Amino acid sequence: MRWMWVDRFTEFVSGSHASGIKNVALDEDVLDDYCPGFPYLPPTLIIEGMAQLGGILVAEKFDWDKRVVLAKVGKAEFFFPARPGDQLHYRVELESAQEDGAVAAGTSHREGVLQAKIELMFAFLEDGKFADGPLFKPGDLATMLRLMSMFQVAVGTDGKPIQISDKL
Amino acid sequence: MTATSEEIFEKVQAALIDALGVDDDEVTPGATLVGDLGAESIDFLDIVFRLEKAFGISIPREDLSPEDILTNSQFVKDGLVTAEGMAKLKSRMPWADLSKFEKNPRVQDFGNLLTVQDMCNYVGTKISA
Repeated sequence: MRWMWVDRFTEFVSGSHASGIKNVALDEDVLDDYCPGFPYLPPTLIIEGMAQLGGILVAEKFDWDKRVVLAKVGKAEFFFPARPGDQLHYRVELESAQEDGAVAAGTSHREGVLQAKIELMFAFLEDGKFADGPLFKPGDLATMLRLMSMFQVAVGTDGKPIQISDKL
Repeated sequence: MTATSEEIFEKVQAALIDALGVDDDEVTPGATLVGDLGAESIDFLDIVFRLEKAFGISIPREDLSPEDILTNSQFVKDGLVTAEGMAKLKSRMPWADLSKFEKNPRVQDFGNLLTVQDMCNYVGTKISA
């Protein structure tokens, strides 16, 4: 299974915020398995989608030098299920980023109506803990970000397009 | 900036309720963060972020977790903090009540030392600085 829970980045401003689209489709296996007979996107995967946007936001801010992991989900509220055919618009704002972690707030909207809102906390794996070396094989993350069209929209704090880093 | 101890307590309490998912009546001044409120190591980062935001302060990480002292053989012998180590801890954390810990200063017990009141005292020193 591909572990990409955002279909496309629609906005990315370094160190500030990122937005993306998630289309919910009936041919996704997870919709069958989660609640047979009433297909909807599991809320955990909505969190995962926003965490991917937020994690990339954090990793890019630190020039891809940190091993960023989702450490904690604070509040997570879901107001209605995301059903097949829905298009979710995620937006994640970076609230604080420091040397040992970061906090972000995310929202999911469907047709302009708030579908979910969450708080995310990211931590950075220290060397030698949990896993050695990079979390991605060389080139894998760049491929993933290309597939999600990140570099088509990503801009730095100066408003200029972000280049694909050699570190990816 | 001036804030009464009640205002500080209310904000600290709110931060702990959000970070730890506990009820307001559990967050009493004498409650320990780890033992009574169930804080795990990752929660401390969360608590620090929330306190920084709530009070507009910056919290150096070594202020709340003096690991450099507790892992230094100069200050720890046979799992116990030495007198020199205690002096160092008191100097680093003048806002914390170390009296109980001092009677049997086992390093392994340090993690469950901090109380809600200690956190309020700490924030008080930061915003009055």
